Amino acid sequence: MDFLRPASWEEALAAKAEHPTAVPIAGGTDVMVEINFDHRRPEYLMDLNRIGDLSEWEVGEESVRLGASVPYTAIMENLRAELPGLALASHTVASPQIRNRGGVGGNLGTASPAGDAHPALLAAGAEVEVESVRGARRIPIDEFYKGVKRNALAPDELIRAVHVKKADGPQQFSKVGTRNAMVIAVCAFGLALHPATRTVRTGIGSAAPTPVRAKAAEEFLNAALEEGGFWENGKIITPSVAKQFADLCSASCNPIDDVRGTASYRRHAVGVMARRTLTWTWESYRGTRRTTEGAA
Amino acid sequence: MRVNFTVNGRPQEADDVWEGESLLYVLRERLGLPGSKNACEQGECGSCTVRLDGVPVCSCLVAAGQVEGREVVTVEGLADYAKQRACASDACGTSLQNAQQWQAKGDSHTGEGTELSPVQQAFIDAGAVQCGFCTPGLLVAADEMLERNPTPTDADIREALSGNLCRCTGYEKIMDAVRLAAARQGEAV
Repeated sequence: MDFLRPASWEEALAAKAEHPTAVPIAGGTDVMVEINFDHRRPEYLMDLNRIGDLSEWEVGEESVRLGASVPYTAIMENLRAELPGLALASHTVASPQIRNRGGVGGNLGTASPAGDAHPALLAAGAEVEVESVRGARRIPIDEFYKGVKRNALAPDELIRAVHVKKADGPQQFSKVGTRNAMVIAVCAFGLALHPATRTVRTGIGSAAPTPVRAKAAEEFLNAALEEGGFWENGKIITPSVAKQFADLCSASCNPIDDVRGTASYRRHAVGVMARRTLTWTWESYRGTRRTTEGAA
Repeated sequence: MRVNFTVNGRPQEADDVWEGESLLYVLRERLGLPGSKNACEQGECGSCTVRLDGVPVCSCLVAAGQVEGREVVTVEGLADYAKQRACASDACGTSLQNAQQWQAKGDSHTGEGTELSPVQQAFIDAGAVQCGFCTPGLLVAADEMLERNPTPTDADIREALSGNLCRCTGYEKIMDAVRLAAARQGEAV
């Protein structure tokens, strides 16, 4: 094994071009487990900790550019207002020690269906900025996940940052596990209201080969909210609408039975989380509407 | 490969380090610092917790090569680290910046012969140590939390220690110990 220590992003790209099998390591919370357990013996290990700007973030007009190695702790502490869904998801990652090291870039690189960041990224809307010596490109989050632990990266590409849309409405994240800390999701659900475009987006984790959106459920809910004038009148969402939304979310799962839970449990739990997160975000949306109206 | 870094205030050089080796292995097997414990090797148990540039991390998940040029504090250096910090915050007239760049004297490397840190003493006084295997990780995590948050609620303590498993105590005595350390820290100020 060789240990590569690029001092800059350009050096890292050159090294990855020369050694496409090199495994990038930043927080190490996935890679080191595989090495410790002899599940993986990469020819080259490439440390990204020396590249300072990977740990920086920038809040722009429309989106936040989140460096690939920004630790979950920093997201929780600094980006709660801009990225509430991702901040909530970050808070459910493992333990403080892990959150101090791990970041969204690693979650995307590993592309496990159980990665906690994925449902929040899918719901908020995001693009993954990847680069190689051949050039840079941005991959929409919907096209990033290609299979169980497979993503859209070419062998010579590295993840530099994620551009996540700033919240224009309430967002929620919910995760099922046996305790609060140190839990790999049995399944997880992210939901974001986008009042600016009058749309709702979702993200489901650990209930299909890849993280997925519940697109049929989103379309149904968008139409129902539009038809009932809910975005303007701020009424409570009809229970039948919430139920239909939850059922459609369950239906968009394609889960398996495994040690953490059965497929039917996962489908059921996703439906429950869908209904709850919809209720929480919608109550919050109604609350802010009331406040704005009262203030005006 | 060779790795140069600072451990408990002293420059260290580890030779013949395998590229896939963890910081934990280097500390225990190459530098003779067995305080950080090796248990799960997957970041689940927290017994290998050390501070890397001040931040608590699982040393089993840090590749040795990643610590080149960086600062590590292990449980062996905790007492000295806490002492320096106490000095920085009041009587001794050392700035916080100096405390962060502290250089250990005496036998701080192994911790032998040094006084205990307040959190270590509190663990003993509260009966929070049984088999002791999880204790080093808990001490490092608890000490860091008390540095950040001198008046923690029970929820804060539970959250800060949520990555450290203990199979003996049932955690109640550990909670007592951290509350005791916080209370003593408050009295001292």
